[in-house]
Amino acid sequence: MKKLILSAAALALSAGMALAASHSTIRMGTEGAYPPYNFINDKGEVDGFERELGDELCKRAKLKCTWVTNEWDSIIPNLVSGNYDTIMAGMSITPERDEVIDFTQAYTQPDPSAYMALSDSVDITGGVIAAQTNTIQAGFVAQSGATLVEFATPEETIAAVRNGEADAVLADKSYLAPIAAEDSSLVLLAKEELIGGGVGMGLRESDGELKAKFNAAIQSMKDDGTLNALIAKWLPDSAPF
Amino acid sequence: MSPSGGRTIFSYCTDPETLGRLAWASCYLTTGKHMGLYWSFLTVLALLAITAPTALLFGFGGAVAARSHFFASRWFGRFYISVVRGVPDIIFFMFFVIAIDQGLEWARHQILCPDWTEPIRQGNDFRVCPAAKLPLSSAPQWVHEVYGFFTAVLTFSIVFGAFAANVLFGAMQAVPQGQLETGAAYGMSRRQTFWRILVPQMWVYALPGLSNLWMILIKATPLLFLLGVEDIVYWARELGGSKTARFSDYPHGDWRLWYFLGLLVFYLVFTKISEALLERLMRRLSRGQATLGATV
Repeated sequence: MKKLILSAAALALSAGMALAASHSTIRMGTEGAYPPYNFINDKGEVDGFERELGDELCKRAKLKCTWVTNEWDSIIPNLVSGNYDTIMAGMSITPERDEVIDFTQAYTQPDPSAYMALSDSVDITGGVIAAQTNTIQAGFVAQSGATLVEFATPEETIAAVRNGEADAVLADKSYLAPIAAEDSSLVLLAKEELIGGGVGMGLRESDGELKAKFNAAIQSMKDDGTLNALIAKWLPDSAPF
Repeated sequence: MSPSGGRTIFSYCTDPETLGRLAWASCYLTTGKHMGLYWSFLTVLALLAITAPTALLFGFGGAVAARSHFFASRWFGRFYISVVRGVPDIIFFMFFVIAIDQGLEWARHQILCPDWTEPIRQGNDFRVCPAAKLPLSSAPQWVHEVYGFFTAVLTFSIVFGAFAANVLFGAMQAVPQGQLETGAAYGMSRRQTFWRILVPQMWVYALPGLSNLWMILIKATPLLFLLGVEDIVYWARELGGSKTARFSDYPHGDWRLWYFLGLLVFYLVFTKISEALLERLMRRLSRGQATLGATV
């Protein structure tokens, strides 16, 4: 009987602990289609710079985290309606986005945006430029005077250049560089655009406590140099902090 | 940083670069990612297997309601049929799923967290207490996926139920009046006439319309991705997209064409099989019926 009470108490305790822990499970939303920031690896899991960084941030903030993917177009609406709690998807901090959601401090330096085309002689001021919908690059091209064609996924913007639908694609340099390195028909143009204010983690505006935790974790990774090590590993073209 | 192949089915897959073509393909097609693709085929088939009977049930209910002699249920049936049929699917899928999800969470919040003081709507944010979340954010990923799957089933059922309701409504009207009068003449009650005369005979009139719906339902399954379920089109796009050697053991160019061709074959074969089965069913249902296709 004593044993029974004891085990019942242990069960209740562990259930209580599970319940307490349940409130700290953070669902991390990402796109999973933007290497090296985030992508789906051969095993079918989320991988990349933000996966490794996010896992470390969760460890430092003592949070239990799981990863979920969501397409880019609806990534902010689904955060706001509570399907997941954070966005780590190579999302640059912009004033427009900041009106709808909150950002932690940036965990990358502003990454220059680069053009990639089939040849060096492409006219990027009057030609057709591909960019992913709802990105800073799409916003930039819309104002630059070039003709903008938008695509839902980064992959399609590259395909548009390959098949001649667009003259060039404008995207983060760290996304384009590995592609240009392996495909000799594609070249990065010398001209780069400095847009965006660095990539940060997006959170709901009402989630101040969570934001403070992640801000502190990012700061601690900046202070001890681990963030720079991750940047050097995944984003070799980006400047360290 | 070369991502390792991790758990592989064949032992020789640890270093794909050294392999011959056939061995490479056998490794490539059994990566964890491809398992996601194969699994999504089962998801689609399961969705169809559950949605079709559910939608038929909704349709039957809608048709019965629309024919009802009570004003309220007739009004409800007609309202359901015309509103759902009139709203574009994509809007319905986007709006309805979010609305039902938030509605359920709101209700749970009222019941489970009576002393929660913060407002649920804060600017753009929809915040309920953690205990009211559906599913709980601590629930394992598969629970989230099952929940997403069943919201998808419900949404598909409501949309296709409205179309099915209209088809069944028409089919019920098409059963010759004389058949029903004969039922009444034998002293059957209205309920008996309905179940014994009308329902068994209406299927032959309903089947062409229902088979159309079934075909459209098969083709509508890619809308699953809108609902957050990773369906075959999502995986085909993801797997077919070009991969660089830095991020994958199996680098390749843009192979989306091949994956989509695979999907094309899948859908064509599936609809072809459906057609053959539906034709057999039609022959079966026509037997002894007073229609032109009937074999007496």
